[in-house]
Amino acid sequence: MEVTLRIKRFNPEQDEKPHFEEYQVDVEGTDRVLDALNQVKWIHDGTLTYRRSCAHGICGSDAMRINGRNRLACKILMKDLGKRITIEPLIGFKIEKDLLVDMEPFFDSYKAIKPYLIADDAPSAGERRQSPEERARFDDTTKCILCASCTTACPVTWTSDDFVGPAAIVNAHRFIFDSRDSGALDRLRILNSQSGVWRCRTIFNCTDACPRDIKVTDAIEQVKRALMAEQI
Amino acid sequence: MAYHRYDAVIVGAGGAGLMAAIQLAGHANIAVVSKLYPPRSHTGAAQGGISAALGNTEEDHWEWHMFDTVKGGDYLVDQDAAEVLSREAIDAVIELEHMGLPFNRTPEGKIDQRRFGGHTRNYGEAAVRRACYAADRTGHMIIQTLYQQGIKHNVNFFDEYHLLDILFTDDGACCGVVVYEIKTGELHTIHAKTVLIASGGYGRVFKITSNALAGTGDGVAVAYRRGIPLMDMEFYQFHPTGLYKLGILLSEAARGEGGILRNNDGEAFAERYAPTLKDLAPRDMVSRFIHQEVKEGRGIDGKDYVLLDVSHLDPDVIDQKLPDVTDFARVYLGVEPKTEGVPIQPTAHYAMGGIPTNIEGQVIYDPQTSVVPGFYSAGESACVSVHGANRLGTNSLVDLVVFGRRAGRHMLQHIQESDFLPLPPNPEDVARAELDALLSRDSGERATNIRAEMQEMMMDNVSVVRHEPGLIEARDKLAELRNRYDSVYVQDHGKTYNTDLLEALELGAMLDCADTIVHGALARQESRGAHYREDFEARDDKEWLAHSLIYRTDEGLQLRKKPVSITRFEPKERKY
Repeated sequence: MEVTLRIKRFNPEQDEKPHFEEYQVDVEGTDRVLDALNQVKWIHDGTLTYRRSCAHGICGSDAMRINGRNRLACKILMKDLGKRITIEPLIGFKIEKDLLVDMEPFFDSYKAIKPYLIADDAPSAGERRQSPEERARFDDTTKCILCASCTTACPVTWTSDDFVGPAAIVNAHRFIFDSRDSGALDRLRILNSQSGVWRCRTIFNCTDACPRDIKVTDAIEQVKRALMAEQI
Repeated sequence: MAYHRYDAVIVGAGGAGLMAAIQLAGHANIAVVSKLYPPRSHTGAAQGGISAALGNTEEDHWEWHMFDTVKGGDYLVDQDAAEVLSREAIDAVIELEHMGLPFNRTPEGKIDQRRFGGHTRNYGEAAVRRACYAADRTGHMIIQTLYQQGIKHNVNFFDEYHLLDILFTDDGACCGVVVYEIKTGELHTIHAKTVLIASGGYGRVFKITSNALAGTGDGVAVAYRRGIPLMDMEFYQFHPTGLYKLGILLSEAARGEGGILRNNDGEAFAERYAPTLKDLAPRDMVSRFIHQEVKEGRGIDGKDYVLLDVSHLDPDVIDQKLPDVTDFARVYLGVEPKTEGVPIQPTAHYAMGGIPTNIEGQVIYDPQTSVVPGFYSAGESACVSVHGANRLGTNSLVDLVVFGRRAGRHMLQHIQESDFLPLPPNPEDVARAELDALLSRDSGERATNIRAEMQEMMMDNVSVVRHEPGLIEARDKLAELRNRYDSVYVQDHGKTYNTDLLEALELGAMLDCADTIVHGALARQESRGAHYREDFEARDDKEWLAHSLIYRTDEGLQLRKKPVSITRFEPKERKY
């Protein structure tokens, strides 16, 4: 089928500000948006720039705004989008070129919450024990692929530079609720700060945006409750 | 251009590269270079598990794991390396757990284990639970955990830099790399005492593949151009269960949990070919079973696919142990695995071949296993060889952590014992010339069609089943494509994130990889593991119980044989 892609373009070496350009592509309904972008790049215009790698929703490279919603270009099919599709870069980060944004602030927020197991010495032989129930508590947040869909869907991040954002909180949750971890207080202190979890206004955009179906808002609420309990 | 100096530079931030980096961090000054952000690396796409004879749910021993690895590899596995793999897997998996990897657990709180293709108890008696797993996103959890450790240890990451050249002294010792900063178009020379290539595989040479678009064999190709031979390139694994037409991987874990392959008659056909292990026979064999079913007209509706059926499994098992793979079927094919079969076909998945190394990860360059000082490789880009002619499921993740770790440790020793060697004069010349050539043309054929024709041809002629006329056609076609590539046109001439240029560079690397695959496949007149020749159906241990080393020379490609290490298990016929 013939589809029109309306793509936001920006080349920092030539343009002062972004503009839209339109491309006609011939696709199957079962094609991914990424396939359509590749068609533009490979046939019409080699300068079109975006990140991509695994092409099946696992590596987190190709989050972008598709018809106004944050989606992975490799995990949404053309048949679900209509004949005219608008594709823009994620909002809230500097556009480097076309659909590709500066991801450094995103990874900085991730690093700020100490995203690694903080634990006492491991047993001298064998694994640390953890029951299936303990493991289940943080299962959902282990699915995060750091694509930034949630963080850049959050209106709070659009207006403030210092909010750590949903993705960082999701990753803090992954460790705070891991029975093997002893860094929870440290992370909760970080998330209790100005830039932390209280900036969340429970808008649920993050949950809608997550391509891994993580209950992001839920995870944030659990962190808030943990903080309340700690304060008591 | 920029100059940097590090004790070690690691190219590739997947499982092997990061595992090596973690050994070195805090003890040496290191840089990890990747063309992606590290958690985007393809290790993250691995699904089903990582094997280790922990014996957490039933009796198991590393010797059994070693035997399965050797037999699975059709006896082309170097047995000294397989012993290291299966012994050290146990401790390496425990180390991952200690780093925080959230494995699924048994009721007693131990790491849970499940069945996987080709892994057996007591030397082939029946399937054994050996694969440690985190749902069906084990690779995702490994890459996340190792990246987290890299952050914890303050590793210097060069994110979004592309490898262009590896530097050697006149004496042939490795002394650094030249990389291209994707964001700015600037060249960087990184002067180093040790270089580790852990840049992954090259599945993108084939049309149907489970591999990421980034899987283009960059590190393998650059080493080859610099005179390093490539080993066992003809052995390329096709995973039996790729989503039809897309190639997206559906983990063997689906069959490990009880899933069954069915043909157009609804028959569970694997049983006919492999009475003991059935659907859990090794991948090379199951891919051939599917090929045969399709050839004999029992593909679904006479087409070139069959069905993976998990509809009889407990829905809770599907949701808890196979959430991602069933999601792929829903998202991409609109199929509900709980009630219907999922269309699948073999998909190009894993390179058994690559840069030859010894068990310390040191690159070797001849049949006598002479070492290139300072030069290392690990993971899919390397060939130790622990996978021989066919890799068993889960053993790639074992390979990453075991040999990534060994390489890192040996590099540390080398760093402590050696000084920096002088760089060659004008170290960036080769890289600069390659870029200038690609960016000099104002018109011509773009990479698109050359790449597509290569992928299609490799799929048709060099995949699950091969024969001489097809391989000769492949060789000639590659020569034609190479000619066209020599005048390829890059449309984007900018400096900022020039991904058009990158894709052209990647195509150049893939053409080199394809050349060596075809050359090896033509030369090897036998069938062994993943290399199946219709015109030479038998394994020929007399002539070909040997690794192939392929060299690029001025007189064309040259092949030398390297002996296989056989320590415990004499080659036997391979039956399951």
